[in-house]
Amino acid sequence: MSAEEAMIQQKGQSNVDSTDTEQKGADRVQFRRMLNHVAHGLFLLSTLVGVVVLGVLLYDIIQTGWKWVDADFLNNFASRFPEKSGVKAPLWGSLWLIGVTAPLTFIFGVGTAIYLEEYAKKNWFSRLIQLNISNLAGVPSIVFGILGLTIFARGWGLGQSVLTGALTMTLLILPIVIVAAREAIDSVPSSLRQASYAMGATRWQTIYKVVLPYSMPGILTGTILALSRAIGETAPLIMVGAVTFVYFTPGNIFDAFTVLPIQIYSWTGLPKEEFQEIAAGGIIILLAILLTMNALAIFLRNKYQQRNG
Amino acid sequence: MAEQTVLTKPAIQVENLDLYYGQKQALYDVSMDVEVNTVTALIGPSGCGKSTFLRTLNRMNDLIPGVQIKGTIRLHGESIYDRNIDVEMLRKQVGMVFQAPNPFPKSIYDNIAYGPRIHGIRNKKTLDEIVEKSLRQAALWDEVKDRLRDRATGLSGGQQQRLCIARALAVEPEIVLMDEPTSALDPISTSKIEELLQELKNKYTIVIVTHNMQQAARVSDKTAFFLNGELIEYNDTATLFSNPANKKTEDYITGRFG
Amino acid sequence: MLKTVESTGVSRFKKKRTWRTSWEGIIPKLLLLCALVSILTTVGIVLTLVIETASFFQDVPFIEFITGTDWTALFSESQQEFGILPLISGTLLVTMGAAVVAIPLGLFSAIYLSEYAPDRLRRTLKPILEILAGIPTVVYGFFAFTFVTPVLRTFIPEMGVFNALSASVVVGIMIIPMIASLSEDAMSSVPRGIREAAYAMGSTRLEVSLKVVVPAALSGIIASFVLGISRAIGETMIVTIAAGATPKLTLDPTESIQTMTAYMVQAAMGDISYGGTVYKSIYAVGMTLFVFTLIMNLLAQYISRRFKEEY
Repeated sequence: MSAEEAMIQQKGQSNVDSTDTEQKGADRVQFRRMLNHVAHGLFLLSTLVGVVVLGVLLYDIIQTGWKWVDADFLNNFASRFPEKSGVKAPLWGSLWLIGVTAPLTFIFGVGTAIYLEEYAKKNWFSRLIQLNISNLAGVPSIVFGILGLTIFARGWGLGQSVLTGALTMTLLILPIVIVAAREAIDSVPSSLRQASYAMGATRWQTIYKVVLPYSMPGILTGTILALSRAIGETAPLIMVGAVTFVYFTPGNIFDAFTVLPIQIYSWTGLPKEEFQEIAAGGIIILLAILLTMNALAIFLRNKYQQRNG
Repeated sequence: MAEQTVLTKPAIQVENLDLYYGQKQALYDVSMDVEVNTVTALIGPSGCGKSTFLRTLNRMNDLIPGVQIKGTIRLHGESIYDRNIDVEMLRKQVGMVFQAPNPFPKSIYDNIAYGPRIHGIRNKKTLDEIVEKSLRQAALWDEVKDRLRDRATGLSGGQQQRLCIARALAVEPEIVLMDEPTSALDPISTSKIEELLQELKNKYTIVIVTHNMQQAARVSDKTAFFLNGELIEYNDTATLFSNPANKKTEDYITGRFG
Repeated sequence: MLKTVESTGVSRFKKKRTWRTSWEGIIPKLLLLCALVSILTTVGIVLTLVIETASFFQDVPFIEFITGTDWTALFSESQQEFGILPLISGTLLVTMGAAVVAIPLGLFSAIYLSEYAPDRLRRTLKPILEILAGIPTVVYGFFAFTFVTPVLRTFIPEMGVFNALSASVVVGIMIIPMIASLSEDAMSSVPRGIREAAYAMGSTRLEVSLKVVVPAALSGIIASFVLGISRAIGETMIVTIAAGATPKLTLDPTESIQTMTAYMVQAAMGDISYGGTVYKSIYAVGMTLFVFTLIMNLLAQYISRRFKEEY
């Protein structure tokens, strides 16, 4: 900052011949510097808006909902009575959903990424797949809900089951996983691939033994972040009919289920004020799960940077 | 393997080799034979095609899209660009060491065992023996024998390159290609590897690309001089350096260009 | 020499069919199947929407759908009207409000992070923005309904509990991180040399930012606006919770409205009969929404490709 200002100062002083223009030039430099300072403040404040909102949001939610969060809250089903309400069904529903979504997205996401990075020729077909993936990333999540409702719930007759929800979520977050996995695979130095081929390794041996181990932390980080998006999604699951009032936890992938975001949504809409506090309690649980997943992702990223750095 | 097959005298025979990167021709009508149990050096200025030529010998150029080859290369009589050649089997016989050391981010042991494992060796004891033998051949065993489980990326540059040589030897190739193997190393590591080459040629046939003419003179039995994709001169190293037949060779080795 | 070739006899490099070589052939086909899943997803979305929407237009004339000014799909059958304009106006109202909030704040944040922020501060701020981007939309909806709306109502007492304003503001906040990070990416890829040239001529940091960096990164910045807007159009839970469920052709942000997405949720939550006109209207509205966002996404891709500066 100071070097740059000195430069401006110098320029204002040296560049002029008469004292009059010199004075004007100096004034102008003063003005330009002031503008810069004002803008600096404005830009900083704008950035802080996001930080402040996040702080207010977290404070508001914790302050509203904390008193409801206890062991009973985790072990009770939803109820007409606020004091008997809990998140048992949606909590287990969310965990089931993520448990089924994770392997599906991992297999299809990493499979696609390997195909595009290691096998596909650079022709119209691979460009079509890429264009398609970037467009899918921009499709509103509720539209995936319509797809899930039509194909999985009704078309395949899976109904309002965990599997329907997981398949829908898989398609929704697949673009995120593919992009992250491609980046991770792309970052594998080509010298390692060459070393492997030079010893007579086949393409798949090279991928399986060199490329994937090297890129795995990056792939896992991307997958976890994508899953944390899935765990917070509401609209597509409403569309596929993940019902709100569930008084049991799923026993297998064909059982009906609900998830935390849907439960939070339905509590938010209830007239009794206590239910909004309970909704905040549910949000605390949801955010705690998200925080855990993010911490895991950061942990993996750091481990990865240490190892390859 | 070597016991079952009668190995013919020249290890590699190259005849009328042309190579194209897409439209651009990079090698012009190269013909040369490489003798068994010798060190053959390929020299020439940057971009002359010597590395490209080296990579045709184990078909590493196949990995670059748009590369086309005309002419024939025979390995102990068998044409390696024939339609139904298994490039993996070929590369197992023709190993390669690269310009910059490129150990896998795995343990020293796993680096050496990588090749044998992909070729189907699972037995722990056999692998142990191969690892020790390869590391000994690469003159690295004494330095690393107590830390085989350490990450290979923690070794010094010179050690890493000897590890890469050991890794290439672990699949028991007949021929080892080296693409400027010492260009990223300090002088002491370089001389260690040069000594090593003299040991290795008793068992292997070595083709080495080098940017450094002194190195070629020090380590090789035969030297090939490339310029603009053409093989200008190929002769015994002593002859080529003391009494070059071609004016261009003379200009290059006396430092008039390159 | 030829003689010795013949004497070798044994071919050592001939391809043999083994378990391994067939596996090598199968792998790419399996991976291709994975890649086809994303193609099939697109095909599935388009087919699903087109088929049910076509069937919807057999019940409701297309012209009535796109020009009608009343949307009363969930009323009793005799009073049903399917004019989508109120849902579109509700969506656009929220989207414009969100853009007014998010575009300046997002752009300014990006300029700050890319041009002004000291390294350590940037390393603190960026993860915070990432967290903001990772908050589930239902949480934003809750925040809009239980916090932002009451605060706004202290300033505008006549405003209802459900209103477009609160939803717009919160949708805007939600897309700030997206605009900020995409714009910052675009600005960071402007080469240092260009900045240094401007500094060497005596420019202030502000002048370098606004006259050199922003113009050079403009295609990426505009693309980030378009993507942010597309995201706002498709946003569902915030508007469902905070903006109300009363389709209304209005541009007054203090009123309760309904967006396309909020209608779809309301209809899906309700007790509607499978295969009826109301059921099919979800697809018709979904199709409209899909077309809107697809156009925005293609526009963003076009802008970032067409006007990209090559360095």
